[in-house]
Order: sequence, then structure tokens, then C-alpha cells
Amino acid sequence: MLFTILLGLISSILLIPFGKRFKSSWSILLPLVPTALFIYYLGYVPKIAEGLTFFQEINWVPSLGVNFNLKLDGLSLLFCLLITGIGTGIFFYARTYLKGHPFYDRFFGYLYLFMSAMIGLVLSDNIFLLFIFWELTSISSFFLIGFNNDQEASRKSAMTALTITGMGGFFLLAGLVLIGNVAGTYKISELIEYRDIILNHPQYPLILGLLFLGAFTKSAQFPFHFWLPGAMKAPTPVSAYLHSATMVKAGIYLLARFFPILSGTDLWTYTLMGVGGFTMLYAAIHSLFRIDLKSILAYTTISALGMLVFLLGLGTKEAIIAASVFILVHALYKATLFLVTGIIDHETGTRDITKLAGLRKVLAPVAVAAGLAALSSAGLPSTFGFIGKDLIYEATLHAEKNWVLILTIIAIATNLCLVAAGFMAGFKPFFGTLPKQYEKLHLPYKSMWIPPLILASLGLIFGLAPGLVGDYLSYQTANSIFGADTEMHLAIWHGFNTVLILSLATLGIGTLVYFINKPSELKVNFIEKFERISPQQVLTGYANDIVRFSGWFTNFFHNGYLRSYHMKIILFAEALLIYKLWNSGPIQIDFDNLTPLTIYEVAVVIILLGALVIVISTPSRLTSIVAMSVIGYCICLMYVFYSAPDLAMTQFTIDTLSTVLFVLVLYKLPSFLNLASAKQRYRDSIVSLGFGAILSIIALKVLYEPIQTETSDFYGENAYILAKGKNVVNLILADFRGIDTMFETVVLGIAALGVYSLLKLRLKSSEKE
Amino acid sequence: MRSIILQTATRYLLPILLLFSFFLLLRGHYYPGGGFVGGLVASIAFVLHSFANGTEATMKILRRKPLSLIPIGLGISAVSVVLPTFFGLPPMTGLWWEEKVPVIGMIGSALFFDLGVYLVVIGVVLTILFTISLTKD
Repeated sequence: MLFTILLGLISSILLIPFGKRFKSSWSILLPLVPTALFIYYLGYVPKIAEGLTFFQEINWVPSLGVNFNLKLDGLSLLFCLLITGIGTGIFFYARTYLKGHPFYDRFFGYLYLFMSAMIGLVLSDNIFLLFIFWELTSISSFFLIGFNNDQEASRKSAMTALTITGMGGFFLLAGLVLIGNVAGTYKISELIEYRDIILNHPQYPLILGLLFLGAFTKSAQFPFHFWLPGAMKAPTPVSAYLHSATMVKAGIYLLARFFPILSGTDLWTYTLMGVGGFTMLYAAIHSLFRIDLKSILAYTTISALGMLVFLLGLGTKEAIIAASVFILVHALYKATLFLVTGIIDHETGTRDITKLAGLRKVLAPVAVAAGLAALSSAGLPSTFGFIGKDLIYEATLHAEKNWVLILTIIAIATNLCLVAAGFMAGFKPFFGTLPKQYEKLHLPYKSMWIPPLILASLGLIFGLAPGLVGDYLSYQTANSIFGADTEMHLAIWHGFNTVLILSLATLGIGTLVYFINKPSELKVNFIEKFERISPQQVLTGYANDIVRFSGWFTNFFHNGYLRSYHMKIILFAEALLIYKLWNSGPIQIDFDNLTPLTIYEVAVVIILLGALVIVISTPSRLTSIVAMSVIGYCICLMYVFYSAPDLAMTQFTIDTLSTVLFVLVLYKLPSFLNLASAKQRYRDSIVSLGFGAILSIIALKVLYEPIQTETSDFYGENAYILAKGKNVVNLILADFRGIDTMFETVVLGIAALGVYSLLKLRLKSSEKE
Repeated sequence: MRSIILQTATRYLLPILLLFSFFLLLRGHYYPGGGFVGGLVASIAFVLHSFANGTEATMKILRRKPLSLIPIGLGISAVSVVLPTFFGLPPMTGLWWEEKVPVIGMIGSALFFDLGVYLVVIGVVLTILFTISLTKD
């Protein structure tokens, strides 16, 4: 299983060196990866259908509980097949759709990255692994939404999507860590054993809240739904793949995966039913007022996601069956409609349904695909959508008695709108009289219209033979969500009952709504007003405040004056040290323990003080540097007196080199133009005297504290035994704490690179002038 | 301003100082010294040479950009860190040559680590100083 994740990542990396070739002669290879993976996962279907579950474990960071635990069960397999199956169609389609695009290779790089991340997400059996892949999908989605990065709207939508889903990911991580702490395991398949502990834990509401925030942001639930319509700025194959069939369902996947572990409480049921129910109705109504094809599809997608959340909240056996079938139903017809939209957009240059009509005459196979998808979305008997809709009504009718009526009404209302919206997207552009300017249109290349046609036909095939998918796949999917046997059996005909009446009524009234509702520009403007007061505005306001605050913050601390940085750093250190000194009890200083002064110490201190006076008073930069180096050498001598030869040597060389450095830099500067005013000097002297006083107090205080020699004893004893050396200072640097040194040298290297590139860069621009 | 005395002196000082820096590097394991100090002394030797003869002349002696010493040094250190893992030991474990080498004494992976530090330090110091001194106003 691991190789299925790696394959996409490797292909993605291969596009960097071989991008040019993949753009032209090798481009046929691009869709082969998802095709191969799809066939691989199809091979698992018979085994999964028998009820088997597959595990794979590879140690990664075992000390942190982060392991590559993979698990393939019915739920994962459904998603894997969606990702690779629809992915195959999308890859073939995009190959033609983006032909000749300058960033063709980059596009497929992101798409591979996304595919791998998504497969990893649904296979992860470790909560950290799940989180890593979850974030990877957000990041690849960011790049794909902002793919047309020369358009501002595109960049903005990408940022919005990343902010919302990234924020959700943050909450998700917090929630996952909490679950792991409460249960004591990070393996998802083991969490189920701790179900009672988690449910009764005082942190349960918090865990659930954080997890829900993660799922709702990813799956575009109200009030976070607004990023999804914005994400439609992405190229259409991306919208079809990420933003309807797979990535947005990651939130649903999360809820489904944790259903057996966390569900069953009022909090779970009512939150999900409330949010999901509201979202599905809200978005369904919104979709009716749109005229942009992708916009319609975006809102119906949000509505469908709401439906899935709602079903998972309901949580009965019927609801879970309905959810597991509806995921597939929706992916099939919605991906088709998106791909059809892409073809229309590609051929006519517009997605405005008020301008499109009669295209069936020129794009016949596309019209067939769109028609089949629209019918499946409407739930016409004999389509797969009909079965999905049936199961949803079955679920609402089997809910608790008090709720049956209201839930069924909500479900019907939503479905009415979805029927009409589906027709708007799937029928409207193809019927009526063909406008003159479109008469010369011709069918696009085969690889663009065959994928939607296949997806749409599957909707019909599964509708006519539901057992095909029901017995082999959906049954096990439902079982792994429900955590028990769901006794599900899909059939095309359930007899003449309430559900059938409801289904037919929905279809009839929905069609009526379609004919009555005439989409127009005015209606779009009308409904957009409601989006203004929506959470989007509130969140945008917050985002702007944050940007303003960080601007102010950066300008204050990062104002470009070295002296200001020094001042702030020293003041901050002083504040911390004073706080610590204040809290550590009375300061006792014992002068008796000090060694008596010797004559050469006194001499060095006198030289040091003399140099200090020169540093402060001299009007020349070079003089002050030289005086500074005198101070440095005096300190070196002190080290020598107190037998620290290593320190003395280092300090001596460092001082020499820093003097050289200073001279080199300051030599190029003019002499002091304006010296600090008296007021500034007082301020500076107070800060520096304070700092010196605090450090002196600490140094004297240390003498009074009992000396702990554990660390130095350890090094002293083990230096020769473990590291075969006698110079402890050097052994610490090169052996005991070698990793520290390693990274310090890396930091040094980075600093040198920084200086080098900054100066070279300036040289270049001055050379230009 | 070029001083003949300094120019003549550096001709002899440069090799002596470099030898001294290498001595510091080698003895670091037992006596005061080590890669860091050794590197600093070596850089001082080159800086002194550049003062007497000009930075361009020193660059000629070096033959290559000092910047290139940084990756070489980091590479040597990194290899000495990773090497023990090939013998099934945790990274950073000290590996020692069985027999004593005349003059130098025991040779172990720690020496190579120090050698890496030595080269990085020279690379960093000379990159910074020479880049600044070669910058035209």
C-alpha cells in the first residue's frame, strides 16, 4: 500500500527535471499512474468484499508515536477507488484541457502531490500521519486553486481556501492530540477499544469541537462554506477532482472514520444534524440563484456535503448506509457535471447559463453525459441517484419519532432545489435553440468527452444493477463506518411505499421548480447580498485586523536600526533577569570567599577602564574600535589568569577578527555625522549600567549558591573512557554535544551565505546603474 | 598603503600560521586547541596576507572561492556523524583507528568532525571579510 502513496510523490518529483519532456512527447505517461493505482485497488475489491482488512506498518519516529501505519478497509477502499478512478478520468481530461499551457508540468506535479496526499489520508491509521496528509491536501489544493497566479482573484481565493482549511487543520491537530492523550494510543484502529473512556472523559466536548472544526472547514460546512465557491477559480479539472469528488470529502471521511469512536452522544448527533442540515438547505437554495455553471455546481456540492454530515449525525443504520452510497453517487454525477462544464467553457468561452442553449446539436456525446448526470442527480428511477435518494428518505423516515416529519421536510426541500439545480447545469445549456455564434463549434478531443461519459454511464449501470456496487463495496464501506454489520442490500425496486412516493414527488416538483425558476443576473445580485452579511465578511474583517497588527508589530521591532535592536534585546533580557532575581529570594553576597586581588589583575582592570573611557568619549569610529579590541584582549588575559586556555585562545582570535571586520565595514562609512544627544546618552548609560549591575549580581550570587558538579563530573570521568580524549572542552564540542556543533556550523554557513548574497546582490544593482 | 616589511613577513608568516592552526586542530582532542580555534587562526593568517598584499592576491593563493569551503566542511562533518550508522551504531558514535599513527597519535571520527568545523570556520570568516573588502563603494 505504501508504494501507492510514494508512486505519486515520485512522479511529482520527476516532473521537476523532466518537465519539458512531459509537456510534449511523454505526456501520454501522465495518466498512467492513476490508472495503474486504480487497477491495483480494484484488485482489493473481492478481498475487501469478504470482510478482510489490510494493515501495513513501518516504523518512522516510534519514540514520538508517529508511525507509518496504513489500513485498508471498506471505507478507505471506497475513497481510494474514487481518488484513483476519478483521478484517471481527470488526468486524461486535463492532459487535453491544459494542452499548451506554459505551466503544464507544474500542474501535473501538484495534481500528483494531491493524489498521493489524499490516498495517504484515507489509508492512515495513525493520527499524526492522518494530520500530515490532511495538511498536504490543503497545500496542494492551495497551489491548484491559485494555478492561474497572474489573476488576482485566483490568488485571493487560494489564500482564503488555505487560511480556512489551514486553520481547520490546526484545530484538528489539537483535537487529535487530545484524543491520543486521553486514550494513550495514536493508532486509530486501537482507539475504538477506548471508546467508553473517551466518551466519559471531561475533555470529550472539547475533542469533539476541535475535530468538528477541522471537518467543517475542510468539507465547507456553514459558516466556513465560502471558500469552496471561491475555489472554483481553479482550472475545471481541479474543481471536478478536488473540490467536489475527493478533497472536500476529507472532512466527511474524518467524521466517518471517527464515527465508531466518538458518535452516539447528543453532542455528536445534534451538532452534526444542525450544521449539516442547515448547510444543505442553505446551499441548495443558493444554488438556484446562480447563473455561472461552476457556481451552481459549487453550491450543490456544499449542499451534498451538508447532506453527508447530516446523515453521519443522524447516525442510524439507515443513515450510515445512505451516506456510504451517497458519497459514490454524488462523486459520479458531480464530477461528470464539472467535466461537462469544463468542455462548455473550453469550447464556448462562457459558463453563463443564460447565454448557453442548444449545445446538444454540436456536442452530442457531452450532452448525453450531462443529461445522464443530471438525471442521476435528480434521482430518476433506474439511475444510481434514485437509490441514493431513496436511502436518504429511508434514513429520515427511520429517525426518532418526533423528528421524522421535520427531517423529511428538510431533506425534501433540499432535494427539490438540487433537482432543479442539476437540471440547470445538465440540461439548460443543451436545450433550446442554438445561438448563431456557437454553430461552428465542434467536439473536443476524445480524451475530454470520454471520461465524463464513462462516469455518467456508471451512474446508470449502478442504478440498474445496484448489487454490483452495493454488495462488493458499499456494504463493507457502511460496515466500517458503522462498526457493525449493517445488513445492507441494495435493490432497484423496494415495492410501492412511502419512500417511492417521496422520491417521485421530489422529482416532479423539482422539475416544476426548474421550469418556473428563470435564472438571471438580477437574482444573482439579490442573493449575493446575503453573502455580504455572511461569516465571510466577519472573517475577512478579522484577517485584515491581523494583517494590520502584524504590520505594526513588525515595524516596531524590525525598524532597521541596529542600535534599536540592541536596546530592545538588552531591555528584554534585563526585564527577564530582574523578574527571576526578584523571585529567587533575597540576594546574599559573600565577599569573604573571593580570592585576593593580585597586582597584574589590578593593572589589567586599569587598562580596561581606560579603554572604556576612550570608547565612550572618542569622536572617531576607528579609535573606538581599537579601544574596544583592547577591552577584548584584557578579558582574554583574565581568562588566562583563571586558567581557561581554550576560552582565552578563542576569545583572542575572535577579537582580532572582529576588529578586522569592524574596520573593514566602518572604513567605508563616513565619520560620525551627528553624535547622540545628551538625553540619549543618559538613557543608554542607564540601560547599560543596569545590565552590567544585574550580571555582576548574578555572578556574585552564583558563588554563594552550592556548586553542583554533576555535569562536570560526568564529563571529567567519561572523557577518556567514552571519547578517548583529555581536553574536555573540545570533547564536548566535537563529541558529546557534536550534533549541537554540527548545527552551529550550519548556522555559521548560512550567515556567510547571507552576507555574501546581500553584498553581491547590491553589487549587481549598483553595476546596473 | 603597502608595507614592504609586512609583505615580506607574511610570506613566511602565512605557512607558519597555517601549520600552527593545523597543529591546534590536531592536538584539540588532548590539549587546548580544536577545530574552531584552529580555523580562526588559519583565517587570521589569510587575513594578514590580504592586508599586506591585497585581497585579490590572497584569493589567488586560495585558488577557489572561500565560500566553497563551507559545503566541503559541512560534508566532512556530516559524513563523520552519519558514518557510524553504517556499522549499526547510533550516529555520532566515535569510531577509532586501531593503531596509532606516528606524530598525530590516535585517529578517530571526532578528528574528521573537527576538520569539518575547521574548514567551515575558515570558509565563513574569509567569505564575510573578503566579500566586504572587495565590495566597491
